Amino acid sequence: MRLGFFLREALRSMRRNAAPSFAALATVLVTMLVLGVFIPVFQAATGAANSVRSRVLVDVYMKTTATAADDARVRQEIAALPHVKAVHFESKEQALAQQSKQDPAAYALLGTNPLPDTFHVTPDNPGNVLTVRGELSPKGPGGHPSMIDPAIQNVSNHTEDTQKILTITSYVKWVLLGLTLLLVVASTLLIANTIRLSLYSRRREVEVMKLVGATDWFIRWPFVIEGVVVGAIGATLAIALLAVTKIALLDPLASNWTLIAAPRTIGFVWLIMILLGAGVGISALGSGVSLRRFLRV
Amino acid sequence: MAISEPHNRSRRRPVPPTTRAKPVSRPTRVEPGAEAPVIEFRSVSKLYSGGDIGLDQATFSVDRGEFVFLVGSTGSGKSTVMRLLIKEIDCTAGTIRVAGRGLEEIGRRRVPHYRRNLGVVFQDFKLLPNRTVYENVAYALQVTGGTRREIRDKVPDILRLTGLSTKLHNYPEQLSGGEQQRVSIARAFVNHPPLLLADEPTGNLDPETSIGIMQLLYRINRTGTTVLVATHDQAMVDKMRRRVLELSSGRVIRDEATGLYARDETTREFAARLRGAGIEPPEV
Repeated sequence: MRLGFFLREALRSMRRNAAPSFAALATVLVTMLVLGVFIPVFQAATGAANSVRSRVLVDVYMKTTATAADDARVRQEIAALPHVKAVHFESKEQALAQQSKQDPAAYALLGTNPLPDTFHVTPDNPGNVLTVRGELSPKGPGGHPSMIDPAIQNVSNHTEDTQKILTITSYVKWVLLGLTLLLVVASTLLIANTIRLSLYSRRREVEVMKLVGATDWFIRWPFVIEGVVVGAIGATLAIALLAVTKIALLDPLASNWTLIAAPRTIGFVWLIMILLGAGVGISALGSGVSLRRFLRV
Repeated sequence: MAISEPHNRSRRRPVPPTTRAKPVSRPTRVEPGAEAPVIEFRSVSKLYSGGDIGLDQATFSVDRGEFVFLVGSTGSGKSTVMRLLIKEIDCTAGTIRVAGRGLEEIGRRRVPHYRRNLGVVFQDFKLLPNRTVYENVAYALQVTGGTRREIRDKVPDILRLTGLSTKLHNYPEQLSGGEQQRVSIARAFVNHPPLLLADEPTGNLDPETSIGIMQLLYRINRTGTTVLVATHDQAMVDKMRRRVLELSSGRVIRDEATGLYARDETTREFAARLRGAGIEPPEV
């Protein structure tokens, strides 16, 4: 492969067609910048929605008379149920300590501990929270909920709230996914169109090359390489800008704004690789494919 | 195909007056040792998709080393012949052979390789605007995989032949029309193709410049290259006294070699005759 020749051809055509090349570069830069900002933002928002969902728990309250043996038995029964990920036990003493912190005066007045032992049951998937609840208190023969163990006093019943949280967070997640896809599609089209325009201005040149006896790939390689170079420069500039912004603005804020520090946000290295890959890939592919129209001479 | 010595034999091909208005079918000459004609059209028709007739049962052949004019008014089929020969379009009926090879045999992927055996010159020059004169000519060698050394050897030579030695590093837009056409001829001839096609090469040029261009084409013809020139410049054709193929509505209506074609004149004499005077023009 005459790589050197094609490389020189690509650089020459960028030098001589500075304006269209610059337009393509600017388009890649701007779209990559937008993607680079919005991918982490969408991810943070999705992460926030997920963390809200993960806080959906089923609370199992034991009877105040329950013994340690009862607690151990119920714990095993709960753990054996399907869709249960974790069971967390909170003894009445721990519960009292927790509550007294919030309102010490009220609990000091009470004197005795009115709180029961509690199991916090985490479902394997937030969507299964109602199933788990149903398993803990199956409907009895009279239509009244019965408990799977006589030592259980009650199972928390926030059906309506849980339903609301699940619906809203799932909407949020779908909307974010849709927006991300739209953004990706828009970026691809924008870059492809800019490249197509810059090729259109050179279609006569391509025609002449074909008439002189150049094969399709002989003409195409310099254009593809040009696409790679433009994409790489555009994406690199975008990444540099993002890095500066991240270091100068986000990192100082991250310590006191949890959304930014959300653990589910994409790693910066991955983001760089995705942006670079997308920038180079789209513009190289765009150049090669768009050229096909003009090669039919 | 190798290039042989100048080859302009004295030939007279009068067409009987009765056949003038009809398509002329020249019988294939059977001469001892005769090779396949460089161009052979056998009842070639081209019907464009809009219903326009490009060529209608055209039959003619051009032998090696000939200099042939293709004349006719606009829409007579001159450009169709050229476009068929560079395989930009395919004919709808009949067979076209170039150097004995049927064009219909050439697949799409082989077209670029076929075109490298042709030199093509256009009315609008078709130079690459982003390349210098030198690079434009070099490109024709680069597409065929020419080495740098080959390019360094051949390009200056051909540019000297076409009188462009001083303009090597100019871009096409910095040149006059005549100079641009010379670059395009240099590019067409740098591979020494056996066949050179020129579609209205003087269409955009003034008469004096046109003579220079024709002189250059004649010089190329004298190296043994077959030259086919499409033109509507009747005055030029009359003065040149070469074989003339006339097309009208896609039919060949005239095919004659003019009398004074006989002499094997030098380029200088040729140019002087074109100017219609005995002045010695400067050698190009």
